[in-house]
Amino acid sequence: MPHDDPDHPHELLPPDPALRVKALETLLTTKGLVDPVALDVIIDIYETKIGPRNGAHVVARAWSDRGFRAALLEDATAVVTQMGYYGRQGEHMVAVENTPEQHNMVVCTLCSCYPWPLLGIPPAWYKSDAYRARAVREPRAVLAEFGVHLPEQTAVRVWDSTAEVRYLVIPRRPEGTDGMSEAALQDLVTRDSMIGTGLALAPGAPA
Amino acid sequence: MSRVHDMGGRYGDGPVIPEPEHHKFDADWHRRALALTLAMGAHGAWNLDTSRHARESLAPQDYARFSYYEKWMAGLADLLVAKGLVSAGELAGETPAQQPLAERTLRAEQVAAVLARGGPADRPSEVAPQFVPGDRVRTRARAANATVDGGHTRLPTYAAGAEGRIIRCHGCHVLPDSAAHGLGDAAEPLYAVVFQASELWSHPEHPRDEVVLDLWQSYLAPA
Repeated sequence: MPHDDPDHPHELLPPDPALRVKALETLLTTKGLVDPVALDVIIDIYETKIGPRNGAHVVARAWSDRGFRAALLEDATAVVTQMGYYGRQGEHMVAVENTPEQHNMVVCTLCSCYPWPLLGIPPAWYKSDAYRARAVREPRAVLAEFGVHLPEQTAVRVWDSTAEVRYLVIPRRPEGTDGMSEAALQDLVTRDSMIGTGLALAPGAPA
Repeated sequence: MSRVHDMGGRYGDGPVIPEPEHHKFDADWHRRALALTLAMGAHGAWNLDTSRHARESLAPQDYARFSYYEKWMAGLADLLVAKGLVSAGELAGETPAQQPLAERTLRAEQVAAVLARGGPADRPSEVAPQFVPGDRVRTRARAANATVDGGHTRLPTYAAGAEGRIIRCHGCHVLPDSAAHGLGDAAEPLYAVVFQASELWSHPEHPRDEVVLDLWQSYLAPA
C-alpha cells in the first residue's frame, strides 16, 4: 500500500484500528480541535440515555391510544418531538405500520442511516454488507435468519433510507395483550421489531 | 461506474448475524471513533453529505476490508487533510504545536444540546413540486451524479432506470449530489417512491413485495 497517495492520507496513520483512533484523538486533542471530555459525554449519551426503549415508548402508546396512533402516522416528527425524542439522525421521522397485509422493514443500502433518537446506535448487523446487500432483494430470506416467517398473504415493503427521512416500524400488537398497561406493552417491543426484522414479543415470552 | 458502497441487491455476502439489543459496541475504540466523528462535525468544515462521500471514496479494497468504524476513521482522516484542519505530516506522526480549544470545538457541556438540536435537511426552495402521490415516474438511467464525474448521489444502482409510483412528498430537502461537493444546498422536492420487487429483481421472492426509496425530483421523470 503506497504511503504517499494524496487521495487517501488515512494510510499515513497506524494500520491497527485501535491505535489509529488513539493517534487521531491525541492529534486532534493536542491541536485543540477536540475536547476529550466531550467524547466521554457523547459515548455516555448513546450508551445509557438514547436507545430503543425510546422507540418502544412510542410504539406502546400507539398501541394504546387511537388518537396518538393516528397523529403518529400523520406526522411522526411532530409527535416524537413532543415526547422529547427529536435529535440528530431523527430530524424527519415517518412511522409505518405493519398489518396482516403488509410487513415493513427498514434498511440503508448506501450507508447505515437509522433513527438514532428512537433506536440508538444501529446494531452491527444493520451496518453489515450482508444486510445492506440482501434486505432489498431477498427480505424474506433475511427475515428467516431472524426467525421470522411471514404468511403468503403478507406482502413485504422494504424502505431503503436513501435520504434524511428515518423510518420507524410500528409492529403488530401481539395477541393476548388486551388491557395491558402501556408500561407492560413497552417490554414487548423489541428493537428488531421496530426495524422490521422481528415481531413484537408475545406476553410471557422470554425477551 | 458505481462505487463500492452501492451494494443493494449484491450477491455473495452470506448470512446476517442477529445480535442482542443490549450489545452496543464491540470494542472501546468503536466508542471513541463514533464520538470523534460526531465531535469533529461540530467544526462545520464539512456537511453530512461530504462525510458520506469521503467514506464512499475509499479505495474499494479498503472499503471491503475495513470494519464499519474503520471506514469512519479513514473517511475522517482523509477529510481532515482535505479541509486543511490537519497536515499529512501530522497524520504521519509529526508533533503538532499545543493549541487551546478552537472556537468551534465541541465542549462537553454543549454535547447534549447539540445532539438534541440535530441538523434538519429540509429547506425552502424555488423548485416547484412536479409530482403528486399516485404519479408514475422513472428514475435516471444511470445512478450517477449529473454534475460531478464520480460524485456523490443517493440513487442506488439497483433502482436506476426503474419505473415506480410516488407515495409521499417529503417537502424540499438539500440535494446531496450538490451539497457533498460544496456546490450549495440546491434543495428540491423529495419523494418516497415505491417499486414492485419484480421491477428491480430478476427473481423476486413474492409477487406483491415492494421496495420504497426516497428520491429527489431531479432523479425522476414522468413515466
